[in-house]
Amino acid sequence: MSNFGLLRANLHRHPVRTYLTLLSVLVAFLLFGLLRTLAVWFGSGPAEGASVDRLVVSAKYSIIDMLPISQMNAIVGVDGVAAVTHQSWFGGNYQDGRSFFPKFPVEPRSYFAMFPELRIDPAHLDAFERTRTGAVVPESMLADFGWQLGDKIPIEADIWPMADGNRIWEFDLVGTYTTDSEGQGGVFLFHYHFFEEARGFAKGTVGWYTVRIEDPDRAAEVANAIDVTFENSMNPTKTATEDEFGKAFAAQIGDLGLMATGILSAVFFTVLLLTGNTMTQALRERIPELAVLKTLGFGNARVAWLVLGESVLLCVVGGVLGIGLAALFTPVATAFLPQFGPSALAFAWQTAATGVGVAILLGVVVGAVPAMNAGRLSIAEALRRS
Amino acid sequence: MAIIELSDVHKTFMKAREAVEVLMGIDLTVGEGDFVALMGPSGSGKTTLLNIIGGLDGATAGEVVVADANLDELSNRELARWRAATIGFVFQFYNLLPVLNAQRNVELPLLLTKLSGEQRRRNAQTALSIVGLNDRARHKPGELSGGQQQRVAIARAIVADPPILVCDEPTGDLDRENAEEILDLLQILNRDHGKTVIMVTHDPKAADHAKRVLHLDKGKLVQEVAA
Repeated sequence: MSNFGLLRANLHRHPVRTYLTLLSVLVAFLLFGLLRTLAVWFGSGPAEGASVDRLVVSAKYSIIDMLPISQMNAIVGVDGVAAVTHQSWFGGNYQDGRSFFPKFPVEPRSYFAMFPELRIDPAHLDAFERTRTGAVVPESMLADFGWQLGDKIPIEADIWPMADGNRIWEFDLVGTYTTDSEGQGGVFLFHYHFFEEARGFAKGTVGWYTVRIEDPDRAAEVANAIDVTFENSMNPTKTATEDEFGKAFAAQIGDLGLMATGILSAVFFTVLLLTGNTMTQALRERIPELAVLKTLGFGNARVAWLVLGESVLLCVVGGVLGIGLAALFTPVATAFLPQFGPSALAFAWQTAATGVGVAILLGVVVGAVPAMNAGRLSIAEALRRS
Repeated sequence: MAIIELSDVHKTFMKAREAVEVLMGIDLTVGEGDFVALMGPSGSGKTTLLNIIGGLDGATAGEVVVADANLDELSNRELARWRAATIGFVFQFYNLLPVLNAQRNVELPLLLTKLSGEQRRRNAQTALSIVGLNDRARHKPGELSGGQQQRVAIARAIVADPPILVCDEPTGDLDRENAEEILDLLQILNRDHGKTVIMVTHDPKAADHAKRVLHLDKGKLVQEVAA
């Protein structure tokens, strides 16, 4: 038998109690793993693929307000601006709406020129440009949805009905593009001119502009110059870097990091109380045994370490199982959350490492007081009480 | 040669802000290989004296020298090491760890040594064979009779080969037959293995197994009887 064997044996003293406590720790860390994965995705996704020489111009007061397309010429004329393109949020649902992916009406040439990290076959780009109802998608989406070039893709509008009231927009799949950037990877692109002609309202507007600047070091100056240009117009703008814009966009659905932290704090506080109570109770029951260990020659520090070790072992085993389950469950959760994209959630090793760290910390916090009490236990007093 | 020497030992406890003197000037010398029974009425200070000899509690005043160590001069850590090497404890209620089987209970003191796992197992088996319980090595305390549990406790007390066995009412929870077996075992350990045994008991028949019988009353040694 080893010291570890002694720890394990002590945890098996009340198997039901131990396993229930283990289960509560496991569930807490399962939640931790899933929520952190979600928060990491929201926190880092938009920044991925963001470029330092691109700015995003959106409406000053809300990014859901549209901007007139006439502003495009004015932006091109701002000193330091090299190129401009625009996008709009189309929304819309494919099939039953469970398989959500972003859809942007764009001007094909200027869009792909603006985003060189999106690689498109020139023949596909030509086809996209000349097909009024054309659409291009990331190559991975063909496999995800079983599409082939030439297919007609129906999208049901939720924001943008057609001028005749029809809500079904039908697009011709004319090409694919590839990208290394997950942040830009899942966008269904279709022709702005078709969108402009067919939509029922807000004609002559776009969602936001993307601007390439000549000198990244002048980003703040150029952004300010753009905003000053429209300051006193009907459509004042707010210009930011791509990274800032992406984060602001994601924040529309709330600060997920803060929400995750709030939920996890409540969960861990509950687990702390539960596990702390279990350990305190376990210690109280074993005071005579701890006294016997000291009688046999186990020093105060060694007895304290044994008690602390039990607590840490319990939390680490529960934590590792919970994190492991979260890693296994993430792909399943992704399947149930198609609105985040077919391969959006990925379990990061940093989440696992943080989880193990938190589990150790939880074990130390939970076991600290019982361990100190065990260390300070007077043998004669404890034996008298037994 | 003396293995235990107590000079003018006092012990005072505080009870409800009142000092209660439990031991009053105890002078005691126990030779190596002796078997001493400590008798006396409840509250006479027997267990307190035993705890002081075993290094479980400190004297309020006086000098306690056991196996060449002045216990007052040892730190907590040194005292723990000293106990592991010098004293084997046997309690009235056995005090075995219920989650460990007999073999592992006996191995416990050896966790403090540098012996390998295999060596620890062998030593524990040897100790169990001395107390006649080799065939119960895999049994947990709950699966053993009182007498068998006390024999496991004795095996645990001797497994690290300490020179002194301190026994607090070792037969107090046993029937006569089992008590006799335990006392015979202690006698064998004293006689054949050279262990010095200090035993607290209320039972005159148990005390008959000792070479010396000391009587404590109200914190003082009042009488010594040579067996």
